[in-house]
Amino acid sequence: MYRMANKKELRQIYAELLLEMAEKDERIVVLEADLMKATGTTPFKERYPDRFIDVGVAEANMMGVSAGLAVAGKIPFAHSFTPFATRRVLDQIAISIAYAKLNAKIGGTDPGVTAELNGGTHMSVEDAGLIRGIPNMMIVEPADGVQLKSLLPQIAAVDNPVYMRLARKSKDQYFEQDTEFELGKIYELRSGNDVTIICSGILIKNSLEAAELLGKEGIHARVLNMHTLKPVDSETIIKAAKETGAVVTAENHSIINGWGSAVSEVLTESYPVPLERIGIRDHFGEVGLTDFLLKKYKMTAEDIVDTAKKAISRKGRENDNHR
Amino acid sequence: MNQTELKELEKKATEIRCLTIEMIGKLGVGHIGGSLSIIEALVSLYYKTMQVDPKNPKWEDRDHFVLSKGHGGPALYAVLADKGFFPKEWTDTLNQPNTNLPSHCDRILTPGIDMTAGSLGQGLSAAIGIAIGKKIDHKQSRVYCIIGDGESQEGQIWEAAMLAPTKQLDNLTVLQDYNKMQIDGTTDDINSLEPLTDKWQAFGWHVISVNGHDMNQITGALEVAKQTKEKPTMIILNTVKGKGAYFAENKLSSHNMKVSTEEWKKAVNELKEAGV
Repeated sequence: MYRMANKKELRQIYAELLLEMAEKDERIVVLEADLMKATGTTPFKERYPDRFIDVGVAEANMMGVSAGLAVAGKIPFAHSFTPFATRRVLDQIAISIAYAKLNAKIGGTDPGVTAELNGGTHMSVEDAGLIRGIPNMMIVEPADGVQLKSLLPQIAAVDNPVYMRLARKSKDQYFEQDTEFELGKIYELRSGNDVTIICSGILIKNSLEAAELLGKEGIHARVLNMHTLKPVDSETIIKAAKETGAVVTAENHSIINGWGSAVSEVLTESYPVPLERIGIRDHFGEVGLTDFLLKKYKMTAEDIVDTAKKAISRKGRENDNHR
Repeated sequence: MNQTELKELEKKATEIRCLTIEMIGKLGVGHIGGSLSIIEALVSLYYKTMQVDPKNPKWEDRDHFVLSKGHGGPALYAVLADKGFFPKEWTDTLNQPNTNLPSHCDRILTPGIDMTAGSLGQGLSAAIGIAIGKKIDHKQSRVYCIIGDGESQEGQIWEAAMLAPTKQLDNLTVLQDYNKMQIDGTTDDINSLEPLTDKWQAFGWHVISVNGHDMNQITGALEVAKQTKEKPTMIILNTVKGKGAYFAENKLSSHNMKVSTEEWKKAVNELKEAGV
């Protein structure tokens, strides 16, 4: 299902898509806060210098300027590393963009452990959680170039502010070329009826590997990619809970306020089944390459296998209560 | 501007000041100080300088206005109501349940409000975004923005202050309501903005300092701003907080104060009797 063969980093594909979209839609403008090279938007600046605004190291101002551009009828795409695109500018996003219902798109790059050698200061574990609490905001994590190609035009088209998490340096490809995705709808990567693994972003890889390993033991795991964290696709989550009876979430984010929490809220309100969460367990990040950090934080395929078994083992006890 | 026109504008300012006092007075509480200090600026903008269409608030080629000190909403609502952006009866609904006129400006709720503001320091950035948008589209229309003095203690104001001259936004005119008071004291005592004119000049702005209650000076400065090329203009309005309402004028407590029926009616009567 997934391959590791992509020659391009996600940021290159992102920039190419932005250019393609900007050619057809002159409302699209790009903003940077001195991280043009990191985001990979240099080609946009070269092609559309008038529609490229680098505000310097001033993220709060960038969010406000984005809001103003939206007032003027533009569709701004503003970027920074995830902590500086969210935590640092939370009130600007909340008031100038979300409360004002302005159509600005925010791209946070290097989510979670993918900040790697930039370490704890740059390693957001809570960015999606912070944005999730703000009304009117949508949150999307396009995991690879295929998914981005399908989702980015939808993100541009929806008249709503959107926060995107982009693992800019990732070359992984998880989906078959030209797979179509629907904004707000969970995508089924693998079928199975013993347990459901709901994953996002770079954790897709480990989740699929975990499903392979479980399969060898006769455990059939359903793997769902929840690329849109908000609005949450309750229907698909409840269906999976009913059909598999146990759920594991796997996210490159704190288990607080992210994918695990969102799924937990849906299950608790509608169809409680055992739920176990894989993710960053309420601590800050640190320097380290992705593989090292995933291992240290117990987010590997093997960790997901163990967690899935734990969730399955809880099935009988707890499900009796509500059936 | 001839004398007749000047008199008309001054008369309008008194009307708007009375309506603002009445709106807040009828409710019994509100941000009266910072509303009354910007009356002349708003009147000069909306009755002389800006191109807007009350019948078509979203007119694409209008001049945009951002009240970054969003708590001055009541004064702006008085202007918008008078110009016919919405029924005048709405002014009786200030901050009432389900109102279209909330304490702080809201672009979704109120026709004629171009930008939501209330969390201080953010509106200037939005005004810059609108100005850049207009430049991209080669529009001749302009952007106006009023910021507060206490508000200018927010760091974001100075992030924005650096960017506008860098981008040569000569289609942007900002007016700073310098009434020299904030909630906890005078701005000089709390966190001084001085030397304010030098600061804006040093940041690359064309700066004009005026008496913020002198219609002639404000209107003249707005005209000069229009002619200024390759630089944004900052008009520092030297104002008096609570201007024109005897119970609020020059009082620290006027930021958000209770107003009795007797007080607002007396203040309105005084203004009407004084005429212009």
